[in-house]
Amino acid sequence: MPAMDFYKQISDNKRMTVLLFLAFFILIGLLAGIISILLGGLNVYGFTYFTIFGILIILFALISYYSCDSIVTFVSGAKEADKKKFNQLYNIVEEMCIASGLPKPRVFVIEDSAINAFATGRDPQHAVVCVTTGCLSRLNREELQGVIAHELSHVKNYDIRTMTIATVLVGIAVMLSDFILRFAFYSKGNSDSKDSRLFIVLIVVAIILALLTPLIANLIKLAVSRKREFVADAGSAEMTRNPLALASALEKISKDTEPLEAANKATAHLYISDPLKNNKGLWLKNMFSTHPPVSERISLLKGMSN
Amino acid sequence: MIFVDLTLVLLAIIGFVVIVGIVAIAIYNSLISTLKQVENAWAQIDVQLKRRADLIPNLVETVKGYAKFEKGVLEGVTKARSALMSAKGPKDAANAENMLSGALKSLFAVAEAYPTLKANENFKALQEELSSTENKVAFARQFYNDMVMKWNTMILTFPNNLFAGLFGMNKEKEFFQATEEEKKTVKVDFSGM
Repeated sequence: MPAMDFYKQISDNKRMTVLLFLAFFILIGLLAGIISILLGGLNVYGFTYFTIFGILIILFALISYYSCDSIVTFVSGAKEADKKKFNQLYNIVEEMCIASGLPKPRVFVIEDSAINAFATGRDPQHAVVCVTTGCLSRLNREELQGVIAHELSHVKNYDIRTMTIATVLVGIAVMLSDFILRFAFYSKGNSDSKDSRLFIVLIVVAIILALLTPLIANLIKLAVSRKREFVADAGSAEMTRNPLALASALEKISKDTEPLEAANKATAHLYISDPLKNNKGLWLKNMFSTHPPVSERISLLKGMSN
Repeated sequence: MIFVDLTLVLLAIIGFVVIVGIVAIAIYNSLISTLKQVENAWAQIDVQLKRRADLIPNLVETVKGYAKFEKGVLEGVTKARSALMSAKGPKDAANAENMLSGALKSLFAVAEAYPTLKANENFKALQEELSSTENKVAFARQFYNDMVMKWNTMILTFPNNLFAGLFGMNKEKEFFQATEEEKKTVKVDFSGM
């Protein structure tokens, strides 16, 4: 693969994310539309259901948008880092903020020997960056700089907000499919033979879609997550102008087989590398992973430095 | 018939003018905000440079206690800082900053040979502060260059280039270049020890 400079990487990946989100909205629109028709028929009642769904969706999105940072730090047992004790860490964060023009985030630490880090917060003004004590003891200054730069890239690109919305969309898609499966048989329909045939087709389509949706929605969300990881890697290279630093940190992380105790399935996607140590290179397994394979990330980063 | 045509033409002209006006306003605003970003980035460099200068007295005090330490190197640092404090104008200041960078590089290179100094907690803390400050100066310059690139690209791309000249904002800005002095690697002479 020819060496790509980081600017092109970033714009390519952002485009991909937009397309994936479009697919998401089409899927959900389809489901909501089907439900509305099944429940109320192709008329004003159906439209009312559609509106109710719309309002619920917006409500859920707003709630998750405003509470994402506090929930995450609480769940992972992170504590705000003491400025004197973690002096170097604060210095590195400040250096990266200068390089990126971002305001300084709050800095948290997790007591764990595994090497990992995450960032959270709905926008750069409310951001939190968190590293494990394993990071601080096992990475050298340059590597730590690369990791922090990667996390700040996530903040800069509003990735946390994107992934929160994606999670909400998955939840809604699952909810809608569940709804279809339960209530498909209680739907309104005319006794007119032509209409009832169309209705049966609609119900069959609805059931198939409902069964597949949770899977499809999750795959889309995971694809978005992986794309954003590549963007954050490229962003880190842009900030430090030193792609090999992050590559070297990733190499150390990949050799570390210890899973991070504080993480679980719900928060795994936030970390810089899969804390549950899931992906091992199998194509199928990779589709279900929140992070792209480390080897691919490392080779892309190495390709950026010439 | 003629009246209808005239009205349409008039409406089209007005519509065109309004659209061009809106686009012009949008472009002007984005040019101004980018210009301010560039100016801010330039000011940030000075903030970091001042921070470095402020750390020097503390460093000199800590190192002085190690009597055998290379006197010349310490003096180099002190002299550079005085030059900085008395600099008149940006050119003098820039030269003084370069002198200070070189002197600090020498100091830390020489310190490698003094294990007791290296182990001193004060010295270690100062070393981290100073090297972090050097990094911050470098990143501030990098960020300034990034903003300059953004500005230069902005005033040259379509449709901004159509309006930039009109607003008097079509001057490309200069990138920050490392001077010849800074590019030279520091040669450490241990022969005097």
